[in-house]
Amino acid sequence: MVLSALIDASRLQFALTAMFHWIFVPLTLGLGFIVAFMETKYYLFSKKEGIENSEKAGLWKKLTKFWARIFAINFAVGVATGIILEFQFGTNWSNYSWFVGDIFGAPLAIEGIFAFFMESTFFAVMYFGWDKVSKKFHLASTWLTAIGANLSAVWILIANAWMQYPVGMEFNPDTARNEMINFADVVFSPVAMNKLFHTATSAYMLASVVVIGISCWYLLKDRNRIYAVKSIKVAAVFGLISAVLLAYSGDGSAYNVAKHQPMKLAAMEGLYQGGTAAPLVGFALLDPDKEIGDGEDPYLFSISIPKALSFLATRDFNGFVPGIDDIINGGYTYTDRNGNEKVAVPFEQKRERGLLAIEALKEYSKAARTGNDSLKMSAASALEDNFEYFGYGYLDSAEESVPPVALTFYTFRIMVTLGAYFILFFIIALYLHRKGAFTAEGKKVKWFLYLAIISVPLVYICSQSGWIVAEVGRQPWTIQDLLPVQAAVSGVSASNVYTTVAIFFVLFTILLVAELKIMFNQIKKGFENIK
Amino acid sequence: METLYFLQHYWWAVVSLLGALLVFLLFVQGGQTLLFGTAASEDDKKAIISILGHKWEITFTTLVTFGGAAFASFPLFYSTSFGGAYWLWILILLLFVLQAVSYEFRSKASNLLGSRVYDLFLFLNGLFGTILLGVAVGTLFSGGAYAMDRLNITDTAAATVSYWTNDSMGLEAIANPFNLLLGIVVFLLARSLGLLYVINQYSVSEERRALVERCKVQLKVVPAAFVLLFAVFLVALFLRTGYETDPVTGYISAVKYKYFLNMWELVWPMILLLAGVVIVLAGLAGALFCKEGSFLSKNSFYITGAGAVLAVWAILICAAFNNTAYFPSTASLQDSLTLYNSSSSEFTLKVMAYVSIAVPFVLAYIVTVWRKMGGK
Repeated sequence: MVLSALIDASRLQFALTAMFHWIFVPLTLGLGFIVAFMETKYYLFSKKEGIENSEKAGLWKKLTKFWARIFAINFAVGVATGIILEFQFGTNWSNYSWFVGDIFGAPLAIEGIFAFFMESTFFAVMYFGWDKVSKKFHLASTWLTAIGANLSAVWILIANAWMQYPVGMEFNPDTARNEMINFADVVFSPVAMNKLFHTATSAYMLASVVVIGISCWYLLKDRNRIYAVKSIKVAAVFGLISAVLLAYSGDGSAYNVAKHQPMKLAAMEGLYQGGTAAPLVGFALLDPDKEIGDGEDPYLFSISIPKALSFLATRDFNGFVPGIDDIINGGYTYTDRNGNEKVAVPFEQKRERGLLAIEALKEYSKAARTGNDSLKMSAASALEDNFEYFGYGYLDSAEESVPPVALTFYTFRIMVTLGAYFILFFIIALYLHRKGAFTAEGKKVKWFLYLAIISVPLVYICSQSGWIVAEVGRQPWTIQDLLPVQAAVSGVSASNVYTTVAIFFVLFTILLVAELKIMFNQIKKGFENIK
Repeated sequence: METLYFLQHYWWAVVSLLGALLVFLLFVQGGQTLLFGTAASEDDKKAIISILGHKWEITFTTLVTFGGAAFASFPLFYSTSFGGAYWLWILILLLFVLQAVSYEFRSKASNLLGSRVYDLFLFLNGLFGTILLGVAVGTLFSGGAYAMDRLNITDTAAATVSYWTNDSMGLEAIANPFNLLLGIVVFLLARSLGLLYVINQYSVSEERRALVERCKVQLKVVPAAFVLLFAVFLVALFLRTGYETDPVTGYISAVKYKYFLNMWELVWPMILLLAGVVIVLAGLAGALFCKEGSFLSKNSFYITGAGAVLAVWAILICAAFNNTAYFPSTASLQDSLTLYNSSSSEFTLKVMAYVSIAVPFVLAYIVTVWRKMGGK
């Protein structure tokens, strides 16, 4: 009970800080490149002769400066909240930090050395250096800021992907820790590559929607039209490319989840009893009384696409997709990460084998202390045989191995629906732009202007939903199958953690309100005061 | 095994160097404490903010990298100290979060709290951020009330490997006079460097002449207080009983004057420390006694900073080298952390050692950019 309160508090704190962090980061990831593109245009026009080119250069410079200000406001809060996450691994998930520090810590350290310094050094030039350095150096700095911001995302996402798909490591019974044996496996794992691609493109999409939303507000107010129209064009092209790639990588992401985290996929689909030719649920209402293993229909109402889930998960319309009950009961065949056909082990057996691994580790340590080499060897071999289920030894019941289904299920649908909507949104934006609808003489497209403004909060909901699917869906694992949350938390009391949750909540609320007020003020000021 | 031994020491040296650079870069924090009392007008404040505004992120990033490098190379320290001295680290964290938003928000219209509040955040970060970081570093010598047993991971009901044995969760470290002394020393150094930086940046500015004069008046007091308390700290450190680990058995035992002996036996940290102290004194003397425009006077900020890096590096090296327990447990001595029992594996340390080759390049571009920006 005490432990459960601590786990809830620690998870709440992590969720709060991660979600707050992710309000600011995606905008800077995408906006960095948009600003860099705009400054490149400015630079190129400024090199050309003639009044027309000089006017164009002036326009792109103003665009660059305006969006760079929006970037800067978000950048500050992104940096501020990023350090909380880093510290929190130690303060609230100390066992986790110890257990996998050599693997997880390395990308974090590399992130600091390569990405953060690049980002912060060149950000200073980008923001303060207009009159102090050459145009070329300034342009390079803007690009390096954008690249630095994205590089830092790369390393932290590699670390996150590793938690969901632990590779390139082995367990050392002498130190009772996981140790890295292949850095390239960690960095270039298919899950990491896909996660990078998916998260980066989602950030670019978010930034594009924000740029279009703000620009449409100007059109609605009939202000700064020339800047707004240019911004819409740049953002719509960048957004459309990103949104299409996002959908593509989303498919890859679901395929990876199906392969490596079948329980997450089952939760995403609300699927309890799987099967071949499984349909993909388009929309459904989950039955709140549904329980694991009761055999009842999980949906009160549903609209499904036949065979689509099987195809998504196995690339075969008739492939078998296990549901929650199947994963708990085992017995179905699947292909493991090495390409071998295997029969799924039921939860109870996984738990038994997890306990065997844990017990073997205890025996190993005892034998090492007493110098009993034969016992040490047999314990090491028992540990190795059962290590893949190590984490299950900490779970008391099968229910604990199931993530919160409703939250994962609904957020998955919100993410996918909105993701598809945004592809359409960018197409419409580009179409209207081509038709000249945004010019003063253009057709009245007020509906789109309002739609674009409403889309801004929607894109944030979409982005946050994606992370909820990824992180809630993998519960209870901090490291898939190896370390559940209950074995990963620090030895802090729940009351201490709830106190810090309250402090962070108040702090974040103040920071968010301040940030939004500053942003709105900056937007209201528009392009008029930019030199 | 020899490679691992080397890498453990290499990484402690790298983390220590990052810590030493961080202490130098805390001049930003020292400068922030000038916002109240020393800055007489809004223009003065803006002047201070404008020169620190280019630099705070480097300090912040160094702190983050210091944390990241400690996490990756000595994960057991990271988990034991952060997870145990919970409130100490949370307070440091909050103070730095407040700093990170304040530079950007203070001058903006509609910033909700008003620029005075953001200035106050900067001041609090400058004062308490430095003191608490000093306190945290102090625990490397004074230790922490933790117990650690790796085999706890095999207890499925309570798997936490290291845990604090009191309810203060790190707050008691602030009450420890040795830690607090180090905290105040770090603050005074930061403030001295902050003063030197403002003088360095505005020495030829007519508009900021009054501000520079006020800084110069303080320069007669603050560095002197720093030097005095630093000397007291060194004496306290050298008289302190430290803990030594037997590299073969891992048994930990008390050794009188351990940190002095580390300096004495290893020699080179002693040389580093002495060189650092001499350079710091030269830098301070340059600012105080040399003619304006002379080399020592013009570069006193950088000279003092460089000396501080060497001295702090030497002290941090001595916390762990020579088989020293670098984070002694006051609750269960044999659980104390050493380079040998708390490091990452050889493989990880090796991969990261390759990565660390990039550090000089990173430093080089930071310096290049600073110079290009003209420091103004």
